[in-house]
Amino acid sequence: MRKLTRTIVAALLTVPLISGVASAYELVMPTLDYRTGPYAPNGIPFANGYGDYLNMLNERDGGINGARISLVPCETGYNTKKGVECYENTKAEGQSGALVYQPLSTGITYQLIPKASVDEIPVFSMGYGRTSAANGKVFPWVFNFPATYWSQATVFVQYIGEKEGGMANLKGKKIALVYHNSAYGKEPIRTLEKAAEKFGFEFMALPVDHPGQEQKATWLQIRREKPDWVMMWGWGVMNQVAIKEAASIRYPMDHFIGVWWSGSENDVLPAGAAADGYLSGAFHQPGANFGAHNDIKKHVYDKGMGLGDRDRIGEVLYNRGLVAAMWTSEAIRKAMEIHGTNEIRGKHVRDGFEALEVDEARLKELGLEGFTIPVKITCENHEGPGKVALQQWDAKAGKWNLVSDFYEPLRDITGPLIAEDSAQFAAENNVSERSCN
Amino acid sequence: MLYRETGQFKANYKDDQALFPIDQDRYVIFGVLFITFVVVPYLLNEYWLNAILLPFLIYSLAALGLNILTGYCGQLSLGTGGFMAVGAFSVYKLMVAFPELGFIPLVLLSGLITAAVGTLFGLPSLRIKGFYLAVATLAAQFFLIWLFNKVGWFFNYSASGMINAPPMTIFGMIITGPQASGVAKYYLVAAFVAVFALAAKNIARGRIGRNWMAIRDMDIAAELIGVRPLIAKLSAFAVSSFYVGMAGALYFAVWLGSAEPTEAFDINQSFLVLFMIIIGGLGSVLGSFLGAAFLVILPIMLKNILVDGFGTDSALSAHIEIITVGILIIGFLIVEPHGLARLWRIAKEKLRLWPFPY
Repeated sequence: MRKLTRTIVAALLTVPLISGVASAYELVMPTLDYRTGPYAPNGIPFANGYGDYLNMLNERDGGINGARISLVPCETGYNTKKGVECYENTKAEGQSGALVYQPLSTGITYQLIPKASVDEIPVFSMGYGRTSAANGKVFPWVFNFPATYWSQATVFVQYIGEKEGGMANLKGKKIALVYHNSAYGKEPIRTLEKAAEKFGFEFMALPVDHPGQEQKATWLQIRREKPDWVMMWGWGVMNQVAIKEAASIRYPMDHFIGVWWSGSENDVLPAGAAADGYLSGAFHQPGANFGAHNDIKKHVYDKGMGLGDRDRIGEVLYNRGLVAAMWTSEAIRKAMEIHGTNEIRGKHVRDGFEALEVDEARLKELGLEGFTIPVKITCENHEGPGKVALQQWDAKAGKWNLVSDFYEPLRDITGPLIAEDSAQFAAENNVSERSCN
Repeated sequence: MLYRETGQFKANYKDDQALFPIDQDRYVIFGVLFITFVVVPYLLNEYWLNAILLPFLIYSLAALGLNILTGYCGQLSLGTGGFMAVGAFSVYKLMVAFPELGFIPLVLLSGLITAAVGTLFGLPSLRIKGFYLAVATLAAQFFLIWLFNKVGWFFNYSASGMINAPPMTIFGMIITGPQASGVAKYYLVAAFVAVFALAAKNIARGRIGRNWMAIRDMDIAAELIGVRPLIAKLSAFAVSSFYVGMAGALYFAVWLGSAEPTEAFDINQSFLVLFMIIIGGLGSVLGSFLGAAFLVILPIMLKNILVDGFGTDSALSAHIEIITVGILIIGFLIVEPHGLARLWRIAKEKLRLWPFPY
């Protein structure tokens, strides 16, 4: 017992000693990873891509404009409560304080939106989180470019319309949505209801409860109702189960579209050849044949500093993490440019995000030519381009391919919804719109 | 030597029936209250208050509530998460509809609403017992979460089904919403917990508490000596749900600030609170606090020691944390199956005899 006490006391005493070391100005970037729990198979590649890219910047360029990046990982297990604890724990880390957060879960994003604006730290919820945060007038601290769930839902409707031979042919069609029964999964429902009204298709929403291992009833219903198209807002194990179930009822895979969180290798591989033709949303290319990937291999993996397996570089979710890191680092670079110093804080990074412009030419310089869409953020538009493409799984070759152009979202549907939802947030939280001139 | 009641003579019944008849106990309680309300807020930073002490206090309140039902009255319940959700959604609807009532009355009101719901779900306890009652309360858990997820009225038809706590003030201090300081939130929650912990201790030793314990120990015998099971069981459900509902209201409005029913109040929540009272000690007010500390503070401390102290990889330390907490739970339950509160009681017995044990 005494020995145990001594060990505990010794452990407690070491804590302040280790955390109190001062050094050169570092850019502190906490990452809310989830490498444990039911969503870990999706969380790991994202965290690897995000971390590898930033480590590569450190190794290749010595950081951003010479200031080194200090990654502070914190494990959330995709759990909101742990995410909040992580946020509180890391927000004041180092000299700079946390510069930006990627909450990586809709639940945690909703928690951080009000907190981050008080703590003056921008939240970059890339293509997830609260859709109405696209309205920069109400949510100055939140960025959800390059597109939102609502934009994506309208893109899927357009794709379906195109495949059916015109939007007019949507009349009388039946479209089902299989969704994760949480804030995340519910996001597209209202948009799809509006679209159903507008185009005259029949819309049915089928919830799947966390974690989504059991979906027999849902797919039985699909088999009975025979919807012409099925969309899915799933995450984690729910995706692979859904694709397997769809295969088992012989639902045509090329009529089954997943959100961009339901379209990674992890999701389709368990279903084997039956998953061939499955579609999903995307805003970047899959694959590892870009300059940035080569630099990661050369500067990070060759030195044995890689976070994951070398042969998994270029997976869809790895690239998702990479593109997030790229936009974040570009925003920090922009912030340094605007404020003329390397010693930036969270509030400066926010300015960087708001003035962010990553066009084709810049992507080429970064070794990511054609990797993703050009992005330009303004004060009132935090969603950026809002464009989404579709990718399709080729089971034989074992890879994803982009199979469509980037569609413009139907802003006549999403625009009023965003205005309405952000107005509701503003009213509930006594936030007044800022002006953007 | 330090802890001995020798020489403390009680000259009247009032002194003899005091909540803490032994002087030392009283000093300890005053000391704890002093530390809680005076020392802690000045000593600890926002991180400690917001991320560690707030959840600890709120879970203590929930554990206290469940302990009344399960520990004192012997009715096993797996509906805690659902009842917390009732408290949270009531306070949300009330905050949006009647902000002028003030936050504290709204929390009490949502506790009362939860008490009504809890009593309703307690009705089956009159016919079924033990594991079967656990299944009936499990139904409450699933039904309530389904209801809050399904019916738009509860979350004011927000697009994602999330509820957000609007900012509210007490005496000009903001206590909900992002602007609220950790100290203000801590004081509010600590005051709630202190008042209701003392109330629980008082109820438990009086007529009502004795009725509950009689039902717990043997319900037929209790009925024969004149305890009415209907009143005893339903009052336990009502008081317990009142506590759990307030805990749910504080959990949502003060600590989290926004919540979705499926994640914040799922079945794991019910298990967590049940494990708190099993580890802490069934039928003990102190046990509720010890159990909450064990399952809320210990994992975070372990994580911080591993990640900040030893620089362990964050995922690895999450795994170590799960393993360690699991081993400790088994270890403690082997050493003392009656929970941590029982360990404290044994320590007190030993202290009484120290330094001359016989």
